[in-house]
Amino acid sequence: MTQKISILIVDDESSVRDSLYNWFIEDGYQVDCAEDAKVALNRLESETFDIVLADIKMPGMDGLEMLKRIKAIQQDVIVIMMTAFATVETAVQALKDGAFDYVTKPFDPDDLSHLIRNASRQITLMEENEVLKEKVVSLENVEDLIGKSEAMNQVFREIESVAQSNASVIITGESGTGKELVARAIHANSPRKYFPLVSVHCGALSESLLESELFGHEKGAFTGAVYNRKGRFEMADNGTIFLDEIATISPKMQIELLRVLESKSFMRVGGNKEIKSDFRVICATNRDLKTMVDNGVFREDLYYRLNVVNINVPPLRERTDDIPLLVDYFIKKYCKTMNRAVMTIDPAALKRLEEFPFPGNIRELENMIERAIVVGNGKKITLKDLPIDRPEASPSFESLNDIEKHHILQILNKYNWNISASAKALKVDRVTLYNKIKKYQLKQANN
Amino acid sequence: MKPENITLISFGYFEKRFLGEIMYDVEREFRIPVIVREGYLDLSLYFDPARRQYNGNRLLQDINQQFASDETKTLAVFNVDLYIPILTFIFGQAFLNGRCGIASAYRLRNERYGIAPNEPVFVDRLRKEVIHELGHAFGLIHCLTPTCVMRSSTYVEDIDQKGWSFCPKCRKQLEG
Repeated sequence: MTQKISILIVDDESSVRDSLYNWFIEDGYQVDCAEDAKVALNRLESETFDIVLADIKMPGMDGLEMLKRIKAIQQDVIVIMMTAFATVETAVQALKDGAFDYVTKPFDPDDLSHLIRNASRQITLMEENEVLKEKVVSLENVEDLIGKSEAMNQVFREIESVAQSNASVIITGESGTGKELVARAIHANSPRKYFPLVSVHCGALSESLLESELFGHEKGAFTGAVYNRKGRFEMADNGTIFLDEIATISPKMQIELLRVLESKSFMRVGGNKEIKSDFRVICATNRDLKTMVDNGVFREDLYYRLNVVNINVPPLRERTDDIPLLVDYFIKKYCKTMNRAVMTIDPAALKRLEEFPFPGNIRELENMIERAIVVGNGKKITLKDLPIDRPEASPSFESLNDIEKHHILQILNKYNWNISASAKALKVDRVTLYNKIKKYQLKQANN
Repeated sequence: MKPENITLISFGYFEKRFLGEIMYDVEREFRIPVIVREGYLDLSLYFDPARRQYNGNRLLQDINQQFASDETKTLAVFNVDLYIPILTFIFGQAFLNGRCGIASAYRLRNERYGIAPNEPVFVDRLRKEVIHELGHAFGLIHCLTPTCVMRSSTYVEDIDQKGWSFCPKCRKQLEG
């Protein structure tokens, strides 16, 4: 736990509140009291508590009703119910409604200590669980960062040198080059590796959603804010936040982001409590941020704050040496996922892949291999399993004339040089088609 | 601000000589002069007939109002069974970083648990309890170090297992 465990005591008897308050304060907990359910619910709407210790019998709203409402406000809070009149029915009902435990007043000091210790352990476990889940994802994905080409070795060297520092990093590169994997590798090799790496895809969210996602929100802050919710900056405490597609954020969000990066503190949407978080920022973009700064689209001060270190991930066409390695890795990966025997690749198919320009980079290669495994014969990936047109079918053209010539020839071959059918398909008259055949000196293959 | 002294006050049918035995250890731990004296309170006002115990919350409030001062840290020692509404019993309690605390010798004696009396063991427990509650009055919270006197104790066995000194961390905070 990085922070003190907070406890809210809810009881209509002041002597009980005072007793518990003194007891928990001596144990070093952060303690607050409420004299009835209404006050407690108001507190829970504006603040977050780890544990609520509540009496069942209270004037106005009883503890069981309050328990349901608490769970509607803060789902994860641990609620322990207390009563002076224990019945099996109420105990069972409380547990069914989501109470962590149930105790009868007065209780033995040792029981109380055990109860809170167990609750604290539960909170720690829940937090560890979240951190570990994030960590597993990080580690699994870091394995995908593969390459032995000089271009990739340079990226690995940069990752290694920047990982140990706390510096902000901007990762640039075309779409599909593996920018997020680089971010995960930096995090996994940094002193923050035991804490979460929290990813946010800025481009996928509207301005208001992004604001709520990054800063969190209080219940009722806007329509649909049914619960209090932690923001990504809060979740990334002691860890790293990865902001993908940073170039897409609005001017308003740029200001907000700059403020948070400078102060490392923020408020939830609809909240009034300042929250501090210690995080490292890594951003990624496939656009030229410097040009955006020059054009006045991206704030210069934010750019310089984010761009302490820049790592450029090369496109796949500039590291074709890595293609055999990547193909081998993806074959093994997907054969394992699909529970199949490991396949091989035909040398001609591999050669074709090495020649292919891959505008979608590694993501495109990965999808291609996955598809080939699905449609293939289960033993060897061949040319026909790859969704790449033959080179002669898709030569690289530079002029419009070349494209026109190639297209007309394709249509003529398709319709067996039937001029009327070909002209109809091309939506030109027959004379125009004859003129084009003459212009490009097209001939039927068998003639 | 460092208090001028620590005042240990014995109430009711309590043998003052026990406090005399432990006052030097308290003085050594806190490095502040310790004064021992007797106090008088009508304890029947704090007695709860239903529980057959004495209300520790009200006693602490009254000790604070009637016997404590800003210049000293006061610890009142009783020989009656103390409770607070939420718990079946307490060994003692204090205002965290406040002026005073209370402690009870009632549950520290072996004979309460059907074991042969053992005065050295009883004095040792009382010493630890007094230093523990005074520690709270000096602002220390419960410590997780097994041997530290500020470790929380809910049974006499817990008191027996810890020492009567502060661990280095609590000592540093006390002197800081």
